[in-house]
Amino acid sequence: MDDLYREVIIEHYKNPSYRGKLDPHDISFADNNPLCGDHIQIDLQVSAEGIVTDARFDGQGCAISQASADLLLESIIGKTLEDVKKINKDYILDLLGIELGPVRLKCALLSLKVLKAGVYGLQEAGDDLVE
Amino acid sequence: MTLDLKKIRNDFPILGRQLRPGVRLTYLDSTATAQKPLQVIEAMDEFYRKFNANIHRGVHTLAEESTALYEGARERIAKFINASSARQVIYTRNTTEAINLVAYSWARANLKQGDLVILTEMEHHSNLVPWHMLQAERGIELEFIPVTQDGLLDLDAYKTLLERQPKLVSFTHMSNVLGTINPAAEIVHLAHQAGSIALVDGAQSAPHLKVDMQALDADFYAFSAHKMCGPTGIGVLYGKTTLLETMPPFLGGGDMIREVKLRSFRANSLPHKFEAGTPAIAEAIGFGAAVDYLTSLGMDNIAAHEHEISEYAMERLEEIPGLKLFGPSADKKGGVASFILDGVHPHDVAQILDQDGIAVRAGHHCAQPLHEKFQIPATSRASFYLYNTKEEVDLLVKGIYKVKEMFG
Ligand SMILES: Cc1ncc(COP(=O)(O)O)c(C=O)c1O
Repeated sequence: MDDLYREVIIEHYKNPSYRGKLDPHDISFADNNPLCGDHIQIDLQVSAEGIVTDARFDGQGCAISQASADLLLESIIGKTLEDVKKINKDYILDLLGIELGPVRLKCALLSLKVLKAGVYGLQEAGDDLVE
Repeated sequence: MTLDLKKIRNDFPILGRQLRPGVRLTYLDSTATAQKPLQVIEAMDEFYRKFNANIHRGVHTLAEESTALYEGARERIAKFINASSARQVIYTRNTTEAINLVAYSWARANLKQGDLVILTEMEHHSNLVPWHMLQAERGIELEFIPVTQDGLLDLDAYKTLLERQPKLVSFTHMSNVLGTINPAAEIVHLAHQAGSIALVDGAQSAPHLKVDMQALDADFYAFSAHKMCGPTGIGVLYGKTTLLETMPPFLGGGDMIREVKLRSFRANSLPHKFEAGTPAIAEAIGFGAAVDYLTSLGMDNIAAHEHEISEYAMERLEEIPGLKLFGPSADKKGGVASFILDGVHPHDVAQILDQDGIAVRAGHHCAQPLHEKFQIPATSRASFYLYNTKEEVDLLVKGIYKVKEMFG
């Protein structure tokens, strides 16, 4: 429990590297966490070969949701969209290096849901995207 | 009379719980749901051990006894809110279902396109969404009494809205976020003068204030047992007899009928007309035990205790640099302290407090539009009930300083 606020999480929350918006962008998607109202938007630039060349997130949220967004975007730059589609819950938990209860898990997975909904071109970011 | 806190806390087994070695529970989330005293737990336990049988229509001993317990609880709940008759007390699952009962039965029989329903900007989702749904279905109009920056309803704006001749004014007696205690009797009276009926969401007032249906004069009043030391799964819709009698039934099935033919039915009399199917019997009995418990302490004493704790909490919290409280001053509100802390998300506040066993809630507390009004996505909320102490407020304050340190 004490590791929930590991140094790296507080650090990514306070000084995120990938916060902001991309203009122009190839993919942009935003959604809310219905439990807490947290909001995340993710913008991507994608090359002709389908590789993510740059990424940013914007919005409000707790340390867990913001740090996981920052870590997630850092980790997908250089990956193909096909690889991004394969990212799941465990991938995020590995990035964060913590275990989470059901409520905070939603915070941690919000950015992944938004990212995948954007990559798949969906209308809404459903829970099924991160199973 | 002041409450004997030591004795009261002993009535609530959960308050003695150690969450982890050396970490005792500090429960500051009673606005979401209250803890249950032994008196309630044991009444329900005893029901299942000794009396369990389906109610009504049975002639065997257990059926007689369980019916008497179930209906006896209704009588005591009616007395608790000073209703003139127990027939006006309809069991529902909770406040949400009670409001939906009005929206499905009364409103669908009485409202047509263009009819106005007045709500407020501080409503819980349970008093918003049923009306959004009716708006989509019927084309009714919705207007909202604005909330001022200090968290009060703007009554002048309300009076202006009343000129548009609403059919229904539906509002919360006490805000679950701001803690604001609204002048409910006055709002009801003004609604009646304008020819409207009035529904009061009592989810937060029934647990904390002495409520009196004769004095309030509301047409409908909705509340939940679980917020007033009773079990989950049971609540009440109180209604004026004349209205309840003319309303069509809500759910159809057993118990709500007087007579059924293959192609028709006649509805039962009040309150059974609105209680289809086997109800939450043990829960109703637990609810009866909860109102007995609150009555034995005295609602005035409970309100006075909460006021004292709440005033102390406001004082202590206001001293914390970077902490902003929402809602009116302590004299205009119940035991609710919603706040934000500079640079720290409410979820993180709640999570770090939890490490020390302090249970507060974080989020929009089912009142998203109210948070939008104040331009914040979420708040942390500490709430106080009859079993909370000043020492617990001190623990909260200490915990918040710890949060500040971690994020400092
Ligand atoms: C003001 C208010 N209204 C309605 C409700 C809904 O109560 P329930 O969930 O028991 O239906 C709540 C519960 O939080 C509340 O605080």
